[in-house]
Amino acid sequence: MVPTLNGRIQTRIFLLAVVGGLITLIIVPFLPGSAPLGDKYRDGFLVLASVAVLGVFWELLYHLLMQWRWEKDWPTLFGLIEGIPEGALIWILLSVGAIPGIVGHVSGAAFLIQFILVWLGVWLVANGPMRVPFIRWRFQGGRLV
Amino acid sequence: MATDGSADRPHEEAPTIVARSPVQQAGGSGNGGGGGDLTEELLTSEWWTDAMVAAAGIPLVDVPFVTVGGGMGSFVTVDYLRVAGVPIDRMRVLSDIDFPWQTYEYLTRVSQIPRPERIRSDSASRPDNLWGFPSYAVAEAARNKTLAPLWQVLVEPIWADYYTPRAGMVFEGLERESKRISYSDMLVKGQVRMVRRRQGGGYFTILTPPDAKPARRVAYRSQFVHLAVGYPGLKFLPELQAFRTENQDFYHVVSAYEDHEHVYDRLRVKPGVVLIRGGGIVSSRVLQRLMDDRAKYHLSTDIVHLFRTYISSSHGPNQWMRRKGGNGFAYQGFNYPKSVWGGQLKAKMRRLEGEQRATEYKLMGGTNTPWRRSWQRQMNQGRGEGWYRVMAGTVEEMKVRDDGMVISMVKTGQGPAEIAADFVIDCTGLEADVSEHRVLADLLEHSGAGRNPVGRLDVERTFELRGAGSTPGVIYASGAGTLGGYFPGVDTFLGLQIAAQEITDDLARRGFCRKIGPGRSVQQWLRWATNRQP
Repeated sequence: MVPTLNGRIQTRIFLLAVVGGLITLIIVPFLPGSAPLGDKYRDGFLVLASVAVLGVFWELLYHLLMQWRWEKDWPTLFGLIEGIPEGALIWILLSVGAIPGIVGHVSGAAFLIQFILVWLGVWLVANGPMRVPFIRWRFQGGRLV
Repeated sequence: MATDGSADRPHEEAPTIVARSPVQQAGGSGNGGGGGDLTEELLTSEWWTDAMVAAAGIPLVDVPFVTVGGGMGSFVTVDYLRVAGVPIDRMRVLSDIDFPWQTYEYLTRVSQIPRPERIRSDSASRPDNLWGFPSYAVAEAARNKTLAPLWQVLVEPIWADYYTPRAGMVFEGLERESKRISYSDMLVKGQVRMVRRRQGGGYFTILTPPDAKPARRVAYRSQFVHLAVGYPGLKFLPELQAFRTENQDFYHVVSAYEDHEHVYDRLRVKPGVVLIRGGGIVSSRVLQRLMDDRAKYHLSTDIVHLFRTYISSSHGPNQWMRRKGGNGFAYQGFNYPKSVWGGQLKAKMRRLEGEQRATEYKLMGGTNTPWRRSWQRQMNQGRGEGWYRVMAGTVEEMKVRDDGMVISMVKTGQGPAEIAADFVIDCTGLEADVSEHRVLADLLEHSGAGRNPVGRLDVERTFELRGAGSTPGVIYASGAGTLGGYFPGVDTFLGLQIAAQEITDDLARRGFCRKIGPGRSVQQWLRWATNRQP
C-alpha cells in the first residue's frame, strides 16, 4: 500500500485498534509486573492509545518526508523502523509521567514486549492480510472510509 | 473455433442463440434471409435495431456481458466478476487468442524476457489473485524454501533492487486461475469487427468466427460491453519504416517487439556492431541480452546506444518532483511512480481535467527504465572496456553500405555523425494511434466515443466509455487504449485490476453483480487459496 496522508492516519488508527487491541488483550496477563490485572490492562491500553494519538503527528512528519521521494511511496522497511523513534518517545513520556491515567509503574521489559509485539503485528497485517477483507484499501492510499 | 460454451452450440443448430439476458429477446432474429453479413444499412447506421440485424440474417447471441480482447485486460475483468458472483453463462470473452497471456507472453519473450527471467512488476501485482496476497515474493519464498525474496521486499528499493516475479511464475499462476474460474467456458474465438449501440438499450458486438457457417457473422446482443483490446499496434520511427520499406530489409533493422533471435545467433558466429535505439525497459533488456551473450560466449560485440533524449542526471521541475537519471537513462522502478497505483498521485490525477491532466502525464511519464545493480555493473564494464558507447541525437536517414553495414546519419548536439552497424534494434516502442484499431476506430466514428487529453479513449473514473452509453447499457474500456484518463497506470497488471474493480463496483451499482464487501472477499479469498471455483 502506498499511502496518502488520510490513508496513513485511518490505517494506523484501525490497525492499532483491531490488531493492537487484540494483541494487548492477549499478552497483558503475561507481561512482567506485580500490579493487579485490571491495572495492567488499563496501562497496556493507555500505552496503545498513546501510540495511536501521537502517531497522528508522526504521520504528518512521514508524509512530509515522503514528498522528497519521486515515487511518493513509503518503502516497507520504513514502516518497520518508524517504530524505533515512536517507541522511544512513548517510553520517555512514560518515564516522566506524561501519559495521563497510568496507574502504577510500567516496567521497561513490559513496555518493550508489548510495543514490539503490537508494532510487528500491525506492520505484518498492513503488508499483506489487510488486502484480503479490504480489496479497495490499497488502491485508495490506505483509506478505509 | 470456440470452446464448449453454450453460446457456440447454435452455430451448428439454429441461427438464433438465446442465453440468459436482461435484454428483451427479439423474435425471429437471424431469420431475415440476408446472407449473414454486414449490410450497407448496418455499416452506415449508428444505432441498430433488432430488425436490422435480423434482416441481414446475422444470428444473435444474447448474453448480458461481453468482453472484447481476451488478453490480460479481459481476464482480470472476468476474474473480478466471477469473484463478485457472476456465473459463466452471463459472460462471454470474444477473442482471437487461445489463452489470456498468449500475446503478453509472446511480447515478453521476444523482448528478451523468457519464462525464467523477471518481468518489471511489483510483488503484490498479481493478475491471478485480485487480493495480491500472498504476494509473488511470499509465494516464491514458500515454493523455493528460501528467505531471499522476503528479504528483498523488506529492504527494496533502497538496499536492494525491487523484487520482481519471474515471467514463468506469473504464467503458471494465470493458468491455475484461468482453470479455477472456467475461463475457457466463456471464451468464444473469432475476430471482433465492431460494437454498435442498440435502439432500446445495450449493444451489438459483431464477431467473425473462424469457420462461420451458414452466416459469416454473429451478433452478440448484450447490455454491457467491455473493451480491452490492448495496444492498437506498434509504430516504427519514420526513418526506420522508410528504410525497411525501401530496402525490404527486415534482417538488419528489427523491432525489439518482433522475433529477432537471428541477431543474437549471427553475433555468436561473427563479431559485429549493434545499434540500440531507445532508452526504456526494452532497450535495457536487449542490452542485457547482448552483454550476457558477450560474457557467456566470449564475443566481441560492440554496442552503440542512441538516445533521442539523453538524461544526464536527476531531473524534474522542483525538489519535490525529481526523478533519478544518468548515462542517458531516466530511472524509475516501474513504468510510473509507485503512488499512481494507490497513493497520492492516484488521488491527484483523479481530480485533474484536460490540459492539467495532460501536463501531469508528461511530468511523470516519459521513457524510463529501472536502475538495477546487475545492469549498472555490466554497462560500467562496457564503458570501461570501450565496447559500449552512448550517443545522443536523432537519426535523419539510414542506408546500406556496399559491405552490408547499415549507416545511420545522426544529428547530434556536436554536429552530424555516422554510425555503422551490422544490426539496428529499435526499442523505442512507439504506439500507434487508437484509430489504427478497427474496433476502436469504429467506436470513435459511429458510437459517440471520444478522445481524452492525450488522444486515447476517453473514459470516466468508472472506466465507462464516455459518450457511448446506450441506456441501460454501458461500454467499459480498460488497458492501453485508455491511457490519459483519471488513472494513469492503465497498461499494467495492477492498473488492469484497479480498472476491473471500478468496473465491478459500477456493475454492482447497476445490479449486474454483488458488490464485494469484506465478508465475501474473505470467503472468496479462501476459495482462491484452496483452488475451488468462485
